[in-house]
Amino acid sequence: MTDATTGPDHLTGPTPDNALRDADRAEARGGGSGGPGDPVLAADGTPLKQSLNRALRAQKLRALALIAPLLLFILVTFIAPIVDMLFRSVENEIVVETLPRTVAALQDWDYASGEAPDEPAYRAMAFDLMIAAERREHTRVGSRLNYETTGISSLFRKSGRGVDDVGEVYTDQFVELNEAWEEPATWVTLMASEDWQESHSEWVAAGEAAEAADEDFDDLPPRFEVADRIAEILPETAGIYQAFADTIRTEDEESPAEEEPWNVVYQALYDDLSGQLGSAAETYAGPGADLLREAATAVPDFETMTVTDQMIEVDEDWAEPEVWGTIKAFDGPYTSGYFLSSVDLQKTPDGVERQPEGERIYILLFERTLFLSLTIMACCVALGYPVAYLLSNLPMRTSNLLMILVLLPFWTSLLVRTSAWKVLLQQQGVINDVLVWLGIISDGGRLVMINNQFGTIVAMTHILLPFMILPLYSVMKTIPPSYVRAAKSLGATNWTAFWRVYFPQSVPGIGAGCILVFILSIGYYITPELVGGTTGTFISNRIAYHISNSLNWGLAAALGTILLAVVLILYWLYDKIVGIDNVSLG
Amino acid sequence: MSIELPPYASTGQKVWHYAYLVICGLIFFFLIAPILIIIPLSFNAENFFTFTPGMLSFDADAYSLRHYRDFFTNPDWQQALWNSVRIAPVATLISVSLGTLAAVGLSQSHVPFRGAIMAILISPMIVPLIISAAGMYFFYSRIGLQGTYVGVTLAHAALGIPFVIITVTATLVGFDKSLTRASANLGAGPLRTFFKIQMPLILPGVISGGLFAFITSFDEVVVVIFVGSANQQTLPWQMFIGLREQISPTILAVATILVVISIVLLSVVEILRRRSEKLRGMSPG
Repeated sequence: MTDATTGPDHLTGPTPDNALRDADRAEARGGGSGGPGDPVLAADGTPLKQSLNRALRAQKLRALALIAPLLLFILVTFIAPIVDMLFRSVENEIVVETLPRTVAALQDWDYASGEAPDEPAYRAMAFDLMIAAERREHTRVGSRLNYETTGISSLFRKSGRGVDDVGEVYTDQFVELNEAWEEPATWVTLMASEDWQESHSEWVAAGEAAEAADEDFDDLPPRFEVADRIAEILPETAGIYQAFADTIRTEDEESPAEEEPWNVVYQALYDDLSGQLGSAAETYAGPGADLLREAATAVPDFETMTVTDQMIEVDEDWAEPEVWGTIKAFDGPYTSGYFLSSVDLQKTPDGVERQPEGERIYILLFERTLFLSLTIMACCVALGYPVAYLLSNLPMRTSNLLMILVLLPFWTSLLVRTSAWKVLLQQQGVINDVLVWLGIISDGGRLVMINNQFGTIVAMTHILLPFMILPLYSVMKTIPPSYVRAAKSLGATNWTAFWRVYFPQSVPGIGAGCILVFILSIGYYITPELVGGTTGTFISNRIAYHISNSLNWGLAAALGTILLAVVLILYWLYDKIVGIDNVSLG
Repeated sequence: MSIELPPYASTGQKVWHYAYLVICGLIFFFLIAPILIIIPLSFNAENFFTFTPGMLSFDADAYSLRHYRDFFTNPDWQQALWNSVRIAPVATLISVSLGTLAAVGLSQSHVPFRGAIMAILISPMIVPLIISAAGMYFFYSRIGLQGTYVGVTLAHAALGIPFVIITVTATLVGFDKSLTRASANLGAGPLRTFFKIQMPLILPGVISGGLFAFITSFDEVVVVIFVGSANQQTLPWQMFIGLREQISPTILAVATILVVISIVLLSVVEILRRRSEKLRGMSPG
């Protein structure tokens, strides 16, 4: 693509642009049939400029209509994934979505106080954890927080099992007081709104009818609604009972009329009745009023145990302020945590800190990626320059033949070239065999050339060398030989003529080749993975590891975003130096 | 400047000149030898990745076609081959049809936001594969395309598009616009003009763009590893696994077959390039 030849201003002949310009000129001259200032008219009587503008618009629309399908395709299949990755590198909704009550309860708590939060935070955590455990989401948030503070994953997994027992002490006492508390029906009568009870009985009837007709019935029960009158006097209980009903509806496809509530519901009931609103239960007159009044009177004599103690009984780590601090540090819907991890920092409750000594690997990996890419780039220049020079100075016929030697590797599958190097470089491989046969090394002293940096550098230099030779060649082709001849005839030695006259003219080619090779090499994955071992791997191998092994997608996305930013900056440079349009495909 | 040595060259210059030629020869050797060496090794009768003494003494028994036989009978490799054959042509077809259309649109004289559109369209070539793969893995799992044939094919089509755009727009640069105007003047509609006048002239560019797209998909391994599942295991993926786990020299047989395919494709592209230049009058022969 060169705008120089197809741009609107460079076409001659009847294009709308030229015609518009002509029309402008004609008007300025006072053309047309009337006096000066009258517009020039087209054949159909409309002003010429107007009809030309219309033609121009139609042409633009036609061009866009041709491009639109592909643009849309790329936006959906390619750009959207990249944007998704950028989004994932900061996204952190899982914490606030899974633990909403805890996040709210921790708002006023300060980690710097050095103490674990108060009872409300523990209660909120017990409720959140109970719901999350039933929805099997607690392990996910546990592993998310485990990236930041190790140990949280197992804490959540253990607590997910143990949280069942939180509130049991009150369940027992309520049931002892009146066995009706054990019945799901009691709860439904007490909590449900009339609308819900109505649609629920319709649902039950539909289910029975289907069963009678021997048909499948898998409609979900209607979504539970708490009666307003009870939500006013028992707010906590109403909230958690609603969550309980919703959870068993979506997870087990059950109706709350058939399930005994969780222990934490009893905990909430106790909290409500023993709190300030407890006296309101005395005046309550709705369904289940007698039961509730009885409970409200008995509650002050209940044996008590704080949720804090119950949670610590589940796992003593809940007494650690650090756990709570981590949750508070990652309570926002967005976080810089992944980016901080990518540069060996970490977000702790105390603020941003460096990772502990043994876990600083990313800066090292970035440095190694940079170092290896620069080395590969340098090797490519060293090997590519003489060859490109030779190719551009040989007669056409010979150079075309030799060009095949460059193009064949360029066209050969990457996997083929990598397997070739694997075959050549391994300890029982061809190169070692030849060296042993020549007697340069002993059989016991075979060289280790693979699964280290040497392997990566050799294989990648081979793979990327054509990307250096081709741009160099196309630049060298344009250097007029007469300059060097002129320099020599003015008394320059061969070396001076080359270094002062030829070389500076080939620098754009070196620049183009270097940036191209560098861009390609810093994002390489396959070859380092296969021949790099542990010391010759790149940042991209770490990204792949986080995606498929450690499942820390956020960190993979953050590392990818950094890599992408580097590549885009380099590419912008490449565009400045060579121009995107000059990308040649050999 | 010529590479020839002038008759008056001093001894030092002669030494330097021949040394230079030797160096270039060694670099060419470095470029081509690794690819050639796998060809004889693929006929190894043993399960080794190196030359056996028998092979070095050209003993006929040391050579065999067993690795090729393994490739053509082993269900894993056959499934991989079949997957490659199923994915690459469809991906190529998508890239070529959409890409050619867009390239024709881009080559018109009035395209608003041309720079931005061009940048978006060739971005799959610029972004490192591992990043494309990661993004596609995340996004395609969101929309349920991860691990499906459709997902892999769409991903490969996206990767091939920049090549089609670049080769076709390059062919269109030399396209004489007065031909389409003449055709329209003689009464042909835009469709007829496109298929009868424009298409035959840009066909070499379209085909070589298509070949690039095909090779991209056929050789691609990073994206397919992430976007695909075991059911979409392609030939390069199978090779990747084989190389990581060191299974058998069957890989070398596959590699040899792939080298032969590359040689064929390279020749086709070269012939097309010459033909296109001749058609456009850019080179005399």
